[in-house]
Amino acid sequence: MAIDAKELRNIIESVLNENHLLDPEPPVTDHESPVMELRETGVADQGKSPDEVVIGIAPAFGSAQTKTIIGIPHSDVLKEMIAGIEEEGLKCRIVKNYRTSDVGFIAHDAAKLSGSGVGVGIQSKGTTVIHQKDLEPLTNLELFPQAPLIDIETYRAIGRNAAKYAKGEATEPVAVRNDQMARPKYQAIAALLHIKETQHIDAPKKMQALTVSFR
Amino acid sequence: MRSKRFEVLENRPINQDGFVKEWPEVGLISMENPGDPKPGIKIENGVVTELDGKKRADFDMIDTFIADYAINLDNAEEAMRLDSLEMARRIVDINVARKDVLKMTLSMTPAKLTDVVSQMSVLEIMMGMTKMRSRLRPSNQAHATNLRDNPVLLAADSAEAASRGFDEIETTVGVARYAPFNAISILVGSQVGRRGALTQCAVEEATELLMGMRGLTSYAETVSVYGTEPVFIDGDDTPWSKAFLASGYASRGLKMRFTSGTGSEVQMGYAEGKSMLYLEARCLFITKGAGVQGTQNGSISCIGVPAGVPSGIRAVAAENLISMLLDLESTTGSDQSFTHSDLRRVARTLMQFVPGTDFICSGYSSVPNYDNMFAGSNWDSDDFDDWLVLQRDLKLEGGLRPVTEEEIVAVRNKAARAIQAVFKELGLTEITDEEVEAATYAHGSKDMPLRNVIEDLKSVEDFMKRGVTGADIVKALSATGFTDVAESIFTLLKSRMAGDYLHTAAIFDKDFHVVSAVNTPNNYTGPKTGYQMSDERWNQIKDIPRAVRPEDF
Repeated sequence: MAIDAKELRNIIESVLNENHLLDPEPPVTDHESPVMELRETGVADQGKSPDEVVIGIAPAFGSAQTKTIIGIPHSDVLKEMIAGIEEEGLKCRIVKNYRTSDVGFIAHDAAKLSGSGVGVGIQSKGTTVIHQKDLEPLTNLELFPQAPLIDIETYRAIGRNAAKYAKGEATEPVAVRNDQMARPKYQAIAALLHIKETQHIDAPKKMQALTVSFR
Repeated sequence: MRSKRFEVLENRPINQDGFVKEWPEVGLISMENPGDPKPGIKIENGVVTELDGKKRADFDMIDTFIADYAINLDNAEEAMRLDSLEMARRIVDINVARKDVLKMTLSMTPAKLTDVVSQMSVLEIMMGMTKMRSRLRPSNQAHATNLRDNPVLLAADSAEAASRGFDEIETTVGVARYAPFNAISILVGSQVGRRGALTQCAVEEATELLMGMRGLTSYAETVSVYGTEPVFIDGDDTPWSKAFLASGYASRGLKMRFTSGTGSEVQMGYAEGKSMLYLEARCLFITKGAGVQGTQNGSISCIGVPAGVPSGIRAVAAENLISMLLDLESTTGSDQSFTHSDLRRVARTLMQFVPGTDFICSGYSSVPNYDNMFAGSNWDSDDFDDWLVLQRDLKLEGGLRPVTEEEIVAVRNKAARAIQAVFKELGLTEITDEEVEAATYAHGSKDMPLRNVIEDLKSVEDFMKRGVTGADIVKALSATGFTDVAESIFTLLKSRMAGDYLHTAAIFDKDFHVVSAVNTPNNYTGPKTGYQMSDERWNQIKDIPRAVRPEDF
């Protein structure tokens, strides 16, 4: 049976909505989220500056999807991560990866592009990896596999740690968190969000440089 | 007005779980998807030219691999002609021997085996498992991990796990770079708990292989295969690269198995509109075609996906059975948390626990779930006594034995001291007496003093750069008076030369005798056949410490 992909997505969403699976609990924050504007400025360059960290975002990040699996706006995610990097005195470049939605490869691609050799990869649902260009793609410096447990403070800490690795400093990993009930509650939604992200892959398209502004 | 009954029901744990309605076109369906291919095979001049409705010219790489390596073509035409329902009946028929079932099923295609098991109820699937499991005695595997990758606690926990009866112990990491410390901690700890227990460290594949080659682990399991081509490509892999990796382990005499499970393809966005079970059948055929002795399956880390759709837990049991119909060692999951409901998690496990499989759980969290770095297990250390009572209630082999507090405290303490000695002797970071004491009595990592993670990670790096091997650990233990532990690890290393534990479903007993599907095959043919619990073992299971003695009253 031939079926239109868009129609399909709508149906899945309506099924999930019916089950209240797509109602993220609003994150508890005492600040207002900024409005973020992401603009693609062409193919991303190979970095030369050793004082930069490259953040690679997944194909739907900040565009087709705008919140993590627990409803943290992508604007907050990037703002905090950039702030974390700048706190350590480093610069940050943001690139969008269109060839894959796999967070390990997004992070590794970002690391390979980074002048310091350190990069971060983020999926739209919030899963994050800190990577280094000389490591195997499926290993990492730090992995945050349980997206429902990553809060705003953690994104800032991830930025900070990425910058520390870029400077070659001995770095204490961000405290690992674990919740055995994250899977029963979120795995079905995670599958949906990932299916949607994967549909935005545009394999031949090279990594795009982005400018970001917050209002 | 709200019904008070409905209010109560709404707040039950089961209603915290995520459920989704089926949608076959994207593969969000556990089994019996109308989009699954119809079984079929065409063989010309000894070459498969058509597989499950697809012509060779249209094969993807998985079809090619399966057609060329995974099917015994000798009986294929006969086996494929056999009605699926008739095959399902033979699987549950005690008058048809296991080997006669295999003669047919090893010559079937992925769509055919999917169709065969789809004819069966869960009870019939369980009956099939009892008969088709490869090793005579069922066994069990544990997880030993913690939130902080604390090596002292890992040593103590793996000692306890081995002592309680787990034949295999698996660790993984919170922070990837800790992997070698985790590996040696459970290697040393396990041998204190029970000589011959096997250990693995589940991390990125190259690191895992390196640690195996250096003798820091004694088997491997985290070599994942997938049922659709894009998911393979996403991981920069092919069935051939996985087969090559498998031969890397074999070349060093190390036991290994592949891992796969229903739901992974739809979880990763590429299910191609097929049922989860059919895609898992393809994974199992890849495993068979690669010449690997066994599999860990049963959805594993994707269990939330099949568990969210109808008949999902039946599909998980069915995929376990397919692994057995391919004569693979069955390591049947029941490991990762998938529900908030205690009732539901027990019901799910009975599918494997009652018939018995080569490893019922893979693994059972031997630590409290907050420390389980596989994102939680379906069973954890707080459930030990429940498991023991289930064995006793049902007179079933679940792999565990009742223990006393004194003996567990003693093995935990010895393991903590042994790893302390190894770290000192090898010039690694310090393990203090305070940590040894804390690990001896700990419930989990919250009871442990914090370690200096930066120093630990530097020490790990140095450890790997120096090229430390299992032999160095043997020497360190021997030099510090832990001669018995040294000898056990030395024997584990030597066993690789013999290669006996490469046999299907191999484990070691405490005297390092291999117990496998080769020297103790499952020979079930009905009541009073197959695995029969010895009186000695039954007395052990019966004797839980909390049972009172009639003569005391």
